[in-house]
Amino acid sequence: MDLATKDLLRLATIGSVDDGKSTLIGRLLVDTRQLFDDQLDAVAAASERRGFGDLDLSFVTDGLRAEREQGITIDVAYRYATTPTRKFIIADCPGHVQYTGNMATGASTADLALVVLDVASRLKEQTRRHLCIAALLGVRSVIVAVNKMDTVGWSETAFDRAIDQIELHSRELGFTSMIMIPVSALYGDNVVEGSPNTPWYHGPTLLEALEASEAGSWETAQGARLPIQWVLRQPGGGRTYAGIVSGEAFRVGDRVTLLPANVETTITAINFGGEARLEAAVGLAADLDFADETDAGRGDLIATAPLPTITRDLQATVCWFGEQPLSVNGRRLRLKHTTRSTPVRVREIKGVIDIESLTVDPADSLSTNEIGLVSLQTADPLVVDDYREDRVTGSFVLIDEVTNATVAAGMVGHASFL
Amino acid sequence: MTTTLPTPHATDHLDVLESHALFILREVAAECERPVLLFSGGKDSTVLLHLAAKAFAPQALPFPVLHIDTGQNFSEVLDFRDRTVKAIGARLIVAKVQDTIDQGRVVDPGPLGSRNRLQTVTLLDAINEHRFDAAFGGARRDEDKARAKERILSFRDAFGQWDPRRQRPELWQLYQGKVNVGEHVRAFPLSDWTELDVWQYIGREKMDLPSIYFAHERDVVLRDGMWLAVSEFVEPASHEVVVRKTIRFRTVGDANCTGAVLSHASTIEAIIDEVAVANVSERGATRGDDKFSETAMEDRKREGYF
Repeated sequence: MDLATKDLLRLATIGSVDDGKSTLIGRLLVDTRQLFDDQLDAVAAASERRGFGDLDLSFVTDGLRAEREQGITIDVAYRYATTPTRKFIIADCPGHVQYTGNMATGASTADLALVVLDVASRLKEQTRRHLCIAALLGVRSVIVAVNKMDTVGWSETAFDRAIDQIELHSRELGFTSMIMIPVSALYGDNVVEGSPNTPWYHGPTLLEALEASEAGSWETAQGARLPIQWVLRQPGGGRTYAGIVSGEAFRVGDRVTLLPANVETTITAINFGGEARLEAAVGLAADLDFADETDAGRGDLIATAPLPTITRDLQATVCWFGEQPLSVNGRRLRLKHTTRSTPVRVREIKGVIDIESLTVDPADSLSTNEIGLVSLQTADPLVVDDYREDRVTGSFVLIDEVTNATVAAGMVGHASFL
Repeated sequence: MTTTLPTPHATDHLDVLESHALFILREVAAECERPVLLFSGGKDSTVLLHLAAKAFAPQALPFPVLHIDTGQNFSEVLDFRDRTVKAIGARLIVAKVQDTIDQGRVVDPGPLGSRNRLQTVTLLDAINEHRFDAAFGGARRDEDKARAKERILSFRDAFGQWDPRRQRPELWQLYQGKVNVGEHVRAFPLSDWTELDVWQYIGREKMDLPSIYFAHERDVVLRDGMWLAVSEFVEPASHEVVVRKTIRFRTVGDANCTGAVLSHASTIEAIIDEVAVANVSERGATRGDDKFSETAMEDRKREGYF
């Protein structure tokens, strides 16, 4: 058995409720034999018990009792698939509007969005909302599974109509790759195996498209970044600074700047798990040693040029999940950015995004699940990049001071389509 | 400059999973006041402890290690637990289900009954007693459909309950573990690891494990479709036939409800090959405690189980 090293691709399913996201993932996992016999037996038994036929594939991912009773997805299910060259982490996201926060949870770490559409219906509001959120979250690669082709007699005209709608809507969202595939999640056509029912389609199956996807490389690198998580004491009295690398790699000998103190120094050593390395690649949980004594600590940032911005005033895009509206005089909030937390206040709600037209309309508050542009002021200075330049130093969450609940996803700056 | 350092290598899926886990361990240790690491001596929590040691090397672990002892453990696993904790230099806290029974908090299910569900009470009592506000666990999302739904940092209310309908959004890698007094979070750094990932990592890191994971000869009886090892916890009934088989354990739970698999895999490489082609999930194959109902794991998790 070939167990050679694999790369990792994270994808999230998006789209409206009942268009078949969970069924499609169930089909993909069953047809690629990722499921064990006892898991399949359990899905079959649960389907039968509820009178849903032989095998309701949505039960592969809809694992909660309430989900199975109601036939909907409430929260993200994470499933895993491996092929000879790739490990896939699949976040099967809920479609209902009240679970948008859960959808954003699944999509925030995704390299690729798998959009599932019902071929027979017009482009639904939830699909538009999810496409907008995925684009805001920086997902650039999209695979569109035009589902339920069996219900329209495998009509090429119906397929074309569906993809015209989504292409038209997505034109401004800045996706760099968009692959459209006619599928039937129920019967498996064009999911793993090509379909005799769509002789007019010559593109890849879903599995082939996933295997070939080059999603994953994130934007153009804007310098190396390491937000300090923890200061490690070394034998003999020295200290090293631990965190995960984003942007570009660090190498021994690199000139770096500690921010926000704005102190320059040189990397003299890089360690990983107590062992020395010459390089800390992007994504490595490394610790760095410097030529000069510093008083850097958790919440500070190590960076190479071009340097990020130090600021207490954030212009940002936020997806609001709180139960009460976000407004200038709303509840007290805390902001977590990289490894730093600080009190924050809303200076101005600049507008709310109309997800149909992708325009920004005037507003003085954001209701639950609305996305808007805001101006924030933090108590402590933050060291930020624009979200589109660095997903780590450009993202933050807002936290309710009283309940400690996470109530918003925030991105520094705003997307070019707004 | 020295030339003996390893040259930079391409990062594969294990590197990504490993660094992500180290990041989570450090983040929770930094954000929470009193974390603890749950350690059973099983392969997953052994990987977790290994990762924790790496995350804070060369320092000692900045939190203690907690074992919920059901009193029905395989002796090989207890030996391994003590040996491993000592090697890492961690502080071990043992909370015993027997003490919970003796205090009258739960009812003794008897020698044949499962203590699996009782562990939850012992665990929550220990969390309260030591005022832990974060507990690291080795649970993986591929183990069970309810676990597949859980956040990496999973909020528990003052009763230790998990509410799957009200999970906090968890954006990017901005893990936030702040809780009010009496509440806590469970943190699962191995969330995105599969059983195969765990074994490949154990092989790559050349980690030590309890001997019962590897093929050996043992007296077993077939009970409810599972091979159970004959021991003080599993005494054969008169109608049961004791046979000697070459077996290994794919998971490590209580001796009276963890089934063995027939296997000749005596090395990590052989186990990886076996896991890669397995037809039955590890819990389906070997855990009597998950067979009660369709939502056995969800129900236990709601109560505060691991």
